[in-house]
Amino acid sequence: MTSTAANQNKDDGETRREFLFLSAGAMGAIGAGILAWPFVDSLNPAADTLAMATTEVDLTPIQVGQAITVVWRGKPVFIRRRTSEEIAKAEKDDNADLRDPQKDSARVKNPEWLVLVGVCTHLGCVPLGQKGNDPKGEYGGWFCPCHGSHYDSSGRIRRGPAPKNLAVPPYEFVSDTLIKIG
Amino acid sequence: MSIRKFAFSLFALTALALPAHAKEGGGHGEAAQHWSFKGMTGTYDRAALQRGFEVYRQVCASCHSLNLLSYRNLADLGYSEDQIKAIASEYAVMDGPNDEGEMFERPARPSDRFKAPFANKKAAMYANNGAYPPDMSLLAKARHGGADYIYGIMTGYADAPENMTLMQGQYWNAAMHGNIIAMSPPLSDGMVSYEDGTEGTLHQYAMDIATFLTWAAEPHMEARKRTGLKALIFLLVFSFIMYGVKKRVWQDAH
Amino acid sequence: MASGKREPFDNAFVEWVDSRLPIFTLMVKEYRAFPTPKNFNYFWNFGAIAMVMLVLMIVTGIVLAMHYTPHATMAFNSVERIMRDVNWGWMLRYMHMNGASFFFIAVYIHIFRGMYYGSYKKPRELLWIFGVLIFLLMMATAFMGYTLPWSQMGGWAATVITNLFSAIPLVGEKLVALLWGGFSVDNPTLNRFFSLHYLLPFVILGVVVLHVWALHVTGSNNPLGIEPNGPQDTVPFHPYYTAKDTFGLSVFLILYVVVTFWFPNVFAHPDHFVQYDSMVTPPHIVPEWYFLPYYAILRSITFDIGIPFTDIVFINAKFGGVIAMFGAVIVLFFLPWFDSHPVRSARFRPWYKIALLALALDFILLGYVGMETADAVKFGIPLVYVGQICTLYYFAFFVAIVPWLSKNEKALPLPKSINDAVLAAKGA
Repeated sequence: MTSTAANQNKDDGETRREFLFLSAGAMGAIGAGILAWPFVDSLNPAADTLAMATTEVDLTPIQVGQAITVVWRGKPVFIRRRTSEEIAKAEKDDNADLRDPQKDSARVKNPEWLVLVGVCTHLGCVPLGQKGNDPKGEYGGWFCPCHGSHYDSSGRIRRGPAPKNLAVPPYEFVSDTLIKIG
Repeated sequence: MSIRKFAFSLFALTALALPAHAKEGGGHGEAAQHWSFKGMTGTYDRAALQRGFEVYRQVCASCHSLNLLSYRNLADLGYSEDQIKAIASEYAVMDGPNDEGEMFERPARPSDRFKAPFANKKAAMYANNGAYPPDMSLLAKARHGGADYIYGIMTGYADAPENMTLMQGQYWNAAMHGNIIAMSPPLSDGMVSYEDGTEGTLHQYAMDIATFLTWAAEPHMEARKRTGLKALIFLLVFSFIMYGVKKRVWQDAH
Repeated sequence: MASGKREPFDNAFVEWVDSRLPIFTLMVKEYRAFPTPKNFNYFWNFGAIAMVMLVLMIVTGIVLAMHYTPHATMAFNSVERIMRDVNWGWMLRYMHMNGASFFFIAVYIHIFRGMYYGSYKKPRELLWIFGVLIFLLMMATAFMGYTLPWSQMGGWAATVITNLFSAIPLVGEKLVALLWGGFSVDNPTLNRFFSLHYLLPFVILGVVVLHVWALHVTGSNNPLGIEPNGPQDTVPFHPYYTAKDTFGLSVFLILYVVVTFWFPNVFAHPDHFVQYDSMVTPPHIVPEWYFLPYYAILRSITFDIGIPFTDIVFINAKFGGVIAMFGAVIVLFFLPWFDSHPVRSARFRPWYKIALLALALDFILLGYVGMETADAVKFGIPLVYVGQICTLYYFAFFVAIVPWLSKNEKALPLPKSINDAVLAAKGA
């Protein structure tokens, strides 16, 4: 009898001991894990970087058929004031065989103004087609010189290695002649 | 055992010296005021911050820059995004060059730094008889006494004692090192009328501007104390558990 | 380390690695089974604590370097950007800033423990020398880190300390220009300081490995200063000392957290928050607290050394101060040879104990003198005299008192074994 009781006591002590060691270990691990977060989070964009995340663009100086490039978050943004032919062509191709099917109307807020992130969806080069004498590719939009992707006048991928259409950044018309990107 | 006693007295000495040193930082001749941001969980009084910003804007800003602050930082004071935009747009900042290669002025945005009153240090000195009005972004940390010092300067003006002659452009101030200051008394009763109806006295202005500048120098103080409290509680519990672990481990050693 | 005998591990992966590179065997041998004297007191925690602080400094430093710009016009603002805009930047910066102080606290206690219990004596001389080398490298690293924020205090500290080298006869001026990379402390100086501040901690880490390696060859000293005779005198390092070290570390970190989060600038001077201006020297330049005793020694040599009553000067006051300051650290290297007394622990050497405690107080007093201005007078006594007397004692301790005591001091009787002493203490 006495020996059983002693054994039981010992077992209890053993369990408590195990529990203590386990909780110490768990707490140490959790503490180290939580401490790691500030180190990782410090690599995220800082407050001043985030504050620069919107860009306002005045559209008045842009003529029909012209395009400008502005900087948004360190990346080029293409703003093209499309001609009625370009708009018609883009809308006509809504039903063409597209790699990344999307209607032109879903890519613009006002058909006259096409706003795109000027970064090829293949490997991040900047496509050509902004200036008058640039090659615009087979579909009259943009042409990426790195690996030969062709985009149409809605910025949709038509030929070449890029998997997706040129991205449309978040933007809004503050007034008829002023847009805010971001 | 004398080594233990020795170590203990060393530790006690350090423990005593630390707050004493901290207090020295808060004293330095100036009477210590009651600040909302002092203490283990002290926070900045938002209303005082906003009033202090008004005092800065209407009085200090004509000479003193606040180069390390951006208008977006005013969100800490409790201003809404629209209010901050409105405040920022009252100032014109230089931008450019534009497509024609010209620099141009535009209304400030929240992401812009506070507009400085002078283009550079030389211009500031030239406009102020050769005395440089220091940038105030870190003033509360760059002077012994911090907020108490700023309060002391604001309220420390008086006539010079008879045996002391001041040159033109010099003023007597009790809180200033050597008692001579090149800044004319910047604040007096009723100078700034507060929107929240607080009575505009010199004492109130001095308290509010000191609070505002303390925030400007240490904007993350509240987060710092909150984080510290969590870390402290964690370590207290962990130390307690580890003491138990250590006891258990050593139980069967001897 | 390529010993033939190796206990196989149960885990197949561990066994696979270990049979090719016995790194797990090494870990088990050096950190689990490692026989450690069972009578350590809490002074023995500070080696592990210093190690953790070193790692913490390196990790916070690497992240801070990702945001810092080592350029004379941008450094100050980049530090303020860390403090204001970088996520958690204020915390990482304060951890680094105050971490240096707590690293030095741990190391000073660790050094004092080594001196009190005679840990530098045969066969641990090399272990001690590596330790002093770490201390020296830490001082260099800390000094250069102090300059990086490009504040009034940092910039002028760099000017003053680098100017020390101009005291060296003949080559001094050339040497200083070489250190600066120009004619004053400027952008080139800042850039090289940053490079070295990043490099040296890894050199320290390397010397720490040698320090620990040497420790594991000789085994640890202990409060009695007698070698363990067998298994009854030791315990395996794990779990006994891992548990104790973790507990000690946790308590140490409580102090660190209190300072870092509530008094983060308690060790900093207001002139840390003003950008460096090469045209205006702050009225009172002070180094970080951990350099203050050495700074006081530097300023204590106010006289030329030469033949008395003649104009012949061998060493002028400026160079003398520099020699004394560096000598105060260098002298530590030779402690194992100044002290040849066969008994290690101060517990059994009452006179050595008094002399050493006096040295500790002397060192603190030097720190106080270093904190005050050069011409300060307290209680009617010019502090420069206090500094000179303290400097005299500091050097006398090493080159005169300790050698004399080691020949003449009669030690108290030593216990037969660690086990006997532990059991006797328990019974009493």
